[in-house]
Amino acid sequence: MNAPVIKAEDVHKRFHSLEVLKGINLTVDGGEVVVIMGPSGSGKSTFLRCLNHLEKINSGRIEINGHFIGYRQAPDGRLIEESDRKVARQRAEIGMVFQRFNLFPHMTVIENVMLPPVLVKGTSRSVARQRALDLLEQVGLPEKADVYPAKLSGGQQQRVAIARALAMDPKVMLFDEPTSALDPELVGEVLDTMKALAKTGMTMVCVTHEVGFAREVADRAVLMDDGVVVEEGAPEAFFTAPQHSRTKQFLSKIL
Amino acid sequence: MTPLAVFLDFDSTFFFQILFSTAFIWPALLVIEITLVAQTAGIILGFPLALGRMSRNPLFKLPVDFYLWIFRGTPLVLQILFIYDGTAELFNNPPILYPITRNAVVAGTLALALNEAAYMTEIIRAGLQAVDPGQIDAAKALGMTRLQAMRHIVIPQALRIIVPPTFNEYINMSKNTSLLVIMGGVAELLFTAQAFYSANYRVFEALAVAAIWYLLITSFLTQIQSSIEKRFGERQDVAAAARTGFLRRLMLGGGRR
Repeated sequence: MNAPVIKAEDVHKRFHSLEVLKGINLTVDGGEVVVIMGPSGSGKSTFLRCLNHLEKINSGRIEINGHFIGYRQAPDGRLIEESDRKVARQRAEIGMVFQRFNLFPHMTVIENVMLPPVLVKGTSRSVARQRALDLLEQVGLPEKADVYPAKLSGGQQQRVAIARALAMDPKVMLFDEPTSALDPELVGEVLDTMKALAKTGMTMVCVTHEVGFAREVADRAVLMDDGVVVEEGAPEAFFTAPQHSRTKQFLSKIL
Repeated sequence: MTPLAVFLDFDSTFFFQILFSTAFIWPALLVIEITLVAQTAGIILGFPLALGRMSRNPLFKLPVDFYLWIFRGTPLVLQILFIYDGTAELFNNPPILYPITRNAVVAGTLALALNEAAYMTEIIRAGLQAVDPGQIDAAKALGMTRLQAMRHIVIPQALRIIVPPTFNEYINMSKNTSLLVIMGGVAELLFTAQAFYSANYRVFEALAVAAIWYLLITSFLTQIQSSIEKRFGERQDVAAAARTGFLRRLMLGGGRR
């Protein structure tokens, strides 16, 4: 269970002339929970989006479960972008939860959760429905199955989004500031759902500023700033005795 | 004649005689037919054109931009004549083009459809681009291909934005069919009115009858439109979302539940 699930090597990403990622190295082992922190504009969300190829990288390599994401290697060693179909299949085993939930507003909660496996994996509708109901139970929203997302609070929407991602049986879950768009009193329910998920042994990469969450469930905390990883380590040491001045500076602002 | 004289001279017997006569019922039906065919064809053509216009590949984008530039930048009447008379001239009228060059109804409908496609392209493009990009991110992250994301996530949401202005286009189209009068061979409402008054000089009566028929057609379409707008004009709330679901199944035939 401890083979690396994510292996990012020297990842570079530019938007036109602006270099957002300047050589990121990060390895995440199976079952590990990694929290990425950093000031806004540091590239953490972009890095997360590179991990499932929502953003193309300019150089470097990203392996998920032992194969390149978004690219295949030519005999001469160069990386060639994969077809839309292949990339889609690779993404199917990487769950992602967004800051703005991004539930599909034209579908009920249960349709949101059951449609992706039906479309993408060809799961039968009855199996997908049962699984969706189980997942809604797991995130504590079984009674909301037939409701449209607009009727839910932000916290509830985010829990549905987590259930929707889990419905694909991903090997790893990416969280992109999952609580940043929530009213303060709704943050707890989402974090509780994520903690419960971490206890099941799910491999998780979370971009978040929730220090409590990081200290309680993370195996590792990472600080990104200006497109590079500045510091990484066990949460206890990371929060109480940071080595790097930029980490100290950042933590002083959020603690 | 002074306006008052026209009014006093109004031949109400003639007016009522032709108002609901078959002489105008058939043209009215033809107007409805051409409207439905040309507008629907315009919508169907508009979808691929909109995708081409949104494409980053200049091979798709430039021809579409050129098409829009031509069809939105020249008068519709000119386009009608171009397709009816111009095609015949341009290709020396080979028999294969007879269905267009010798049939004013077909040529006119084609011109209206091609012109409308240019306007529908912009309506559809605006609708597709109004869908939150986060929706596409979510669909992709779940493993959907671009096509699946388009079909199941983007288009159903875009339809809610596209439908109301599209219906407006049906109403405009019903009035634009009158431009076919320029070809002289389509027995639509305005042509029929002209035919009557060129025979007996009862201009006011004949045009009034045509006007009443246009009003009947556009009022009928407006009625349908306002009931549709009630459904689609609402904000992105639960009810509208539910109805979009209904329309999605209706229009895309994805009747699975």
